[in-house]
Amino acid sequence: MTGIGKSFLGVRVLQGVDLEAAAGEVHAVVGENGAGKSTLMKILAGVHIPDEGTIEVDGRSVEFGHPVEAQLAGVAIIYQEFNLLPERTVAENVYLGREPVRRGLVDRAAMEKATGELLRSLGEKSFGPRDLVRRLSVAQQQVVEIAKALSLNARIVVMDEPTAALADHEVELLYTLVRRLAGRGIAVLYISHRLREIFELADQITVLKDGARVTTAPASSLDAGALVRLMVGRELDSYFPPRAAGPPGEALLSVRGGGNDRLHGIDLDLRAGEIVGLAGLQGSGRTELAKALFGAEPFTTGDMKPRRPRSPRDAIAVGIGLVTEDRKAEGLLLNQQVRDNAVLVARATGRPRSGTDRLLERVRLNPPRPRQEVRLLSGGNQQKVVLAKWMTVAPRVMLFDEPTRGVDVGAKAAIHDLMRELARDGTAILMISSELPELIGMSDRIVVLRDGRIAGELPAGPTEEAVMRLAAAS
Amino acid sequence: MKRSLPIFVVLAALLVAIAVANPYFLDPPAFLAFVKRAAPLVILAAGQYFVIVSGEFDLSVGSLVTAEVVIAARLIDGTAAATWPVMVLLIALGLLAGLVNGSVTTLLRVPSFITTLGMMLILSGAVFLWTGGSPRGALSPQFRELGRGSLGPVPWSVLILVVTAAAAIWAMRADFGRTLVAAGDNDRAAALSGVRVPRIRTIGFMISGLSAAVAAILLGGFAGVSAQVGQGLEFQAITAVVLGGVVLGGGRGSVVAAMAGAFTLEALFTLLNLYGISGALEPAVQGFIIIGAVALGAVNFRRRRPAVA
Repeated sequence: MTGIGKSFLGVRVLQGVDLEAAAGEVHAVVGENGAGKSTLMKILAGVHIPDEGTIEVDGRSVEFGHPVEAQLAGVAIIYQEFNLLPERTVAENVYLGREPVRRGLVDRAAMEKATGELLRSLGEKSFGPRDLVRRLSVAQQQVVEIAKALSLNARIVVMDEPTAALADHEVELLYTLVRRLAGRGIAVLYISHRLREIFELADQITVLKDGARVTTAPASSLDAGALVRLMVGRELDSYFPPRAAGPPGEALLSVRGGGNDRLHGIDLDLRAGEIVGLAGLQGSGRTELAKALFGAEPFTTGDMKPRRPRSPRDAIAVGIGLVTEDRKAEGLLLNQQVRDNAVLVARATGRPRSGTDRLLERVRLNPPRPRQEVRLLSGGNQQKVVLAKWMTVAPRVMLFDEPTRGVDVGAKAAIHDLMRELARDGTAILMISSELPELIGMSDRIVVLRDGRIAGELPAGPTEEAVMRLAAAS
Repeated sequence: MKRSLPIFVVLAALLVAIAVANPYFLDPPAFLAFVKRAAPLVILAAGQYFVIVSGEFDLSVGSLVTAEVVIAARLIDGTAAATWPVMVLLIALGLLAGLVNGSVTTLLRVPSFITTLGMMLILSGAVFLWTGGSPRGALSPQFRELGRGSLGPVPWSVLILVVTAAAAIWAMRADFGRTLVAAGDNDRAAALSGVRVPRIRTIGFMISGLSAAVAAILLGGFAGVSAQVGQGLEFQAITAVVLGGVVLGGGRGSVVAAMAGAFTLEALFTLLNLYGISGALEPAVQGFIIIGAVALGAVNFRRRRPAVA
């Protein structure tokens, strides 16, 4: 891939990226959330069409308009979420859409025989071609995906965070599998956040940052510290409102040993006047923690003060509010007016809602039109409406999950200012953000999650390396 | 309100068309007779609106109307004294049917399309079993007065319609109505904002059941007792609501427009009748309307949406 560039809606996500993977090589592609790894891989797989740049496979220049074209050219991609049909057999999934045919009927015997051979060549003995995919573990399903890629004679296999859903002992099996693929002369592009697996597996490492390539280097020439610096190396360039002046007040919410399916042994205090940043990689359980505190996916074990909420409604009664990560799916009534959205919580819980218009001014809704339908607003204004919705009932504890995702710079600053204002007025705040500079700039203290547990805590203003090391170490 | 404007234009055009064919139509007595005839459907449409705007359907109201009329006839059996207690019972039955529909839909998570389809079959089966095919008993004259009679020049049905409409409009402006719309627009966001979505939707179903009870009382008086009295009313009511620009799936549209949709449907039937077109065509006309209105709504919505948000 040479000089790849891509923009979405005028936002540049990739710029002049070069990537070269040799046959039989495991090539890791690393970078922070939003560095452009996934977009680059999707371009290679024909999901997105690049605005500029060229792709060559085996020395032949190719242009993919559709994933099937990429498949035919020998590029297979294995996503975090598998594309398998659970109620079909392994063989049916491997040959989905291109089943061998004899006399007009699907030749099951041939299909199952070929699949069996593929599985054997991958050293897989724990299941066979006639098993239903539904009955397989995640790791086994991954093997099915790989078998499918091989059946397509893939020359390049892209694996997107393949270990994210695997248990520890399954990870070892995956390593073996990846090495086997490379041994067959396949180029494996391996996307991961986890430093250990990268150094375990990769021959070459390409680092992406902010949509551009930082470097490509042999894995042996780097160590963990150097890699993290390459991934995050940038200055804190934006302005953040000043941190709290004095020490925080009393704890307004405390959790001891909180746990559920996704979280384990969570100890956390949120104190009046303090902004606590919650850091962690994708899948580390940040959103799950916010939802547990808010009663949407409650803790099943542990203690919580003032009490463990059973539902969001209960949490609101306790004085907790949650600005959700996905404001369109979970935060807003898109077809309703700004005003109806702003008073929703108050209305649902039967509380007074005076001064909505003043509140909309306070969140700097621009222009402040309370009768406008929310779906017509920009992302930044929509988020301000979400904030107004919570400020009407003034919760004592506010949880913000990616509060500035997809908002413009101006709105971002306004939201930051508001959060700090709320803290100054004595609200306890938990903030989740995948943007480390933002998290570091805003937080009075940072709690780092890893695999559903608290991996550690850092005081105000740590380096990005320090956060990443806690989040990614294993 | 912008969205519901077209239905008022269509309604006005139809009324003018009827007046052209029948110059007496706009005279108070003839017009009041039209409103009286339309009243049960308008009330049902208002009830159906509460369910649809919350994101659900109620297919059971037609059989509920039939069941209520048949039960009333059997229990009253011509005796004046039984009239009022039975009316109270009918109202309670309507609310109960809605409570069952709502609880099964929200708590057991059966799609309301299936819940209320099942309720429709259960009710019509029960009526058939109970009556053996032909309803027994009779309504008292006092009972029939509400559907047939009038207070001075104004039919009772029209008065009841006015009260119902006022109550519906008030409910939709109150917190209850706004929260119901919120649940229909985005139930996930509503729940995360503290709305008790199952509860509020169940109340929507109960209002629909209540409207079926009121419609049954009017229809029983107006048309008398038969095992077919409510037949097809659920689809007429849904057609009316959709015609009023209320979006299936919930969250958008006004109750006034839904009621205007019912008047429009009734006006259309009147017009067809005036031009001597067979009543047998009514279901076909309804079919065209419901498909057309939904398609039109979908096209408009796509056009109005910002390209990518």
